[in-house]
Amino acid sequence: MIRFLLKRLALTLPTFFALMFVTFMLIRLVPGDPIEVRLGERGISPERHALLRKEMGLDQPIWKQFADYVWGLLQGDFGISTISKTPVIHEFLTLFPATIELAFCAMLFAIVLGVPAGVIAASKRGGVYDQSMMGLALTGYSMPIFWWGLMLILLMSNTLHLTPVSGRIDPIKFYFPQVTGFMLIDTLLSGQKGAFTDAVRHLILPTIVLGTIPLGVIARMTRSSMLEVLEEDYVRTARAKGLPVRRVIGLHALRNALIPVVTVIGLQTGTLLAGAVLTETIFAWPGVGKWLVESIGRRDYPALQGGIMLISMVVIIVNLIVELLYGLINPRIRHGH
Amino acid sequence: MAIDTVTLAPQAPPGPLLAFWHAFRENRGAVVGLAVVAVIVLTAIFANVLAPHNPIEQFRGFSKMPPFWQEGSDPRFLLGTDALGRDMLSRIMYGARVSLFIGLSVMAVSMVFGIAFGLASAWFGGIIDVVIIRVMDLIMSIPGLVLAILIIAVIGPNLTNTIIAVTVVYLPRYVRLVRASALAELTRDYVTASKVAGVRPWRLMTVTVLPNCLAPLIVQAALGMSDAILEAAALGFLGLGAQPPTPEWGSMLADTRDLMSSHPWVMAFPGIAILITVLSINLVGDGLRDALDPRLRRS
Repeated sequence: MIRFLLKRLALTLPTFFALMFVTFMLIRLVPGDPIEVRLGERGISPERHALLRKEMGLDQPIWKQFADYVWGLLQGDFGISTISKTPVIHEFLTLFPATIELAFCAMLFAIVLGVPAGVIAASKRGGVYDQSMMGLALTGYSMPIFWWGLMLILLMSNTLHLTPVSGRIDPIKFYFPQVTGFMLIDTLLSGQKGAFTDAVRHLILPTIVLGTIPLGVIARMTRSSMLEVLEEDYVRTARAKGLPVRRVIGLHALRNALIPVVTVIGLQTGTLLAGAVLTETIFAWPGVGKWLVESIGRRDYPALQGGIMLISMVVIIVNLIVELLYGLINPRIRHGH
Repeated sequence: MAIDTVTLAPQAPPGPLLAFWHAFRENRGAVVGLAVVAVIVLTAIFANVLAPHNPIEQFRGFSKMPPFWQEGSDPRFLLGTDALGRDMLSRIMYGARVSLFIGLSVMAVSMVFGIAFGLASAWFGGIIDVVIIRVMDLIMSIPGLVLAILIIAVIGPNLTNTIIAVTVVYLPRYVRLVRASALAELTRDYVTASKVAGVRPWRLMTVTVLPNCLAPLIVQAALGMSDAILEAAALGFLGLGAQPPTPEWGSMLADTRDLMSSHPWVMAFPGIAILITVLSINLVGDGLRDALDPRLRRS
């Protein structure tokens, strides 16, 4: 297991390095003067231009600049945002809990609905339930979520007045210090009446929207994996022994069927953490996805550079953990190539 | 002619295309999907004939007209008009052109590069294989939409760049698929036989090996096309795709956000168009997979 772990870790190192190179190049490929691009200022005097050039190390040879950039990254220096003038890492860490909270709820939503839907569809294969469930799953998988989100706002918020339109909490009614950055925890800690409920109500629509595609993927995956397992000999044996169908499906089959599903869930989590871009934009959710899109609009390239670096690092690490867990469950992967 | 063949050789097995069609036909959803895709393709091709108006013409005094079933609608604008008085129906019809063009371009370019890199990776191995696979891993480690946004930020937002960005995002899937199936095929006896017979590498890879890798690639192409359309629409929605006044479904949606509560239909139609297109292509993709993958066909 240790060898497997070290091998996987070694494989991610070149990826990390290449990622640094790509984000390093990004800021140099953007059309326009590098100083103006990075500082967001226009028409600065030649003297100040030269001074800034020296200050930012742009007069150094390119390999030296790259080495400095990598050295900075290793020390946690992800650049300074040109708009807020604060370190990118600080902005990222302030916003990231909001994204994690949303992604976690969306994943929970997708698993809680997707796995049972897939299991039931597989056990009633070919029936009306199976067909309509898989039709729905494919629809979810094909959903343009930005449109889905707007339609849900239209129905749930504007017409039925059930849920709020945007944000994480009603800032007029509730005010409390940020402790963890997770609204669900902070509202509980604050002890204010109704704050927690309000946070939950704000979470409902974004959770559904972000969870829709993973829900489709998980339901389809569970069904096909379940169908495969149900044809195995041990399942037939269990049935022949006269065990109740529910026990055979729920205990014997599901356990093995879930192995590939767990992988899919893990890989989807990585995508979700970053894929929240659209959902956060629609619901004005103050997370990293919305921040990245806004950085483009504001031409805040250091924020874009650092943000992409940080998000990709998170995704790489999550995927690595998933793979290690998978190796833990399934020895064939670990001892294979 | 067809009848003659049947009467002369009733025992002959059906041709590969016919056999494929029989397998494909078993999946009813796929057939429905195919029919819808055909309608969308025809709409896109004949948009200039079918559309009642020019998609970018602004009719003064006719802005924000409701669709035909609501009061105050105008029969000349069946699905109503947007905030600038442009006919929704015409824009959606022309939008099919834009979306299918993006989907097909991304698919075609990804296929060409995917096959080239995949085969090169499998045949040469060694350092070439390592470099190609590392680059693909890198692309896959950056979340799709974020990478597309990054590329657009560098090369600027327009239709061509949307195609480039989305192609880069989805390329690894094709490369890995071709590489994996080519590697599997290279160990087979028929390949060894061809090698012994003196077949040159180029011919071996393209004529002997490639056709046997096509089945999963075709399925990937169908699913990849729907993903590309969805991704391009998302970029358009964020204002990073095709620029106005191009009738692109994603950007049409973004244009109409302010009208959401007062004129919801303006917003609803482009989204429905995206959903139906992507869903029907995915249905076809599922059908292709069932028909081409014998492992799944038996069930």
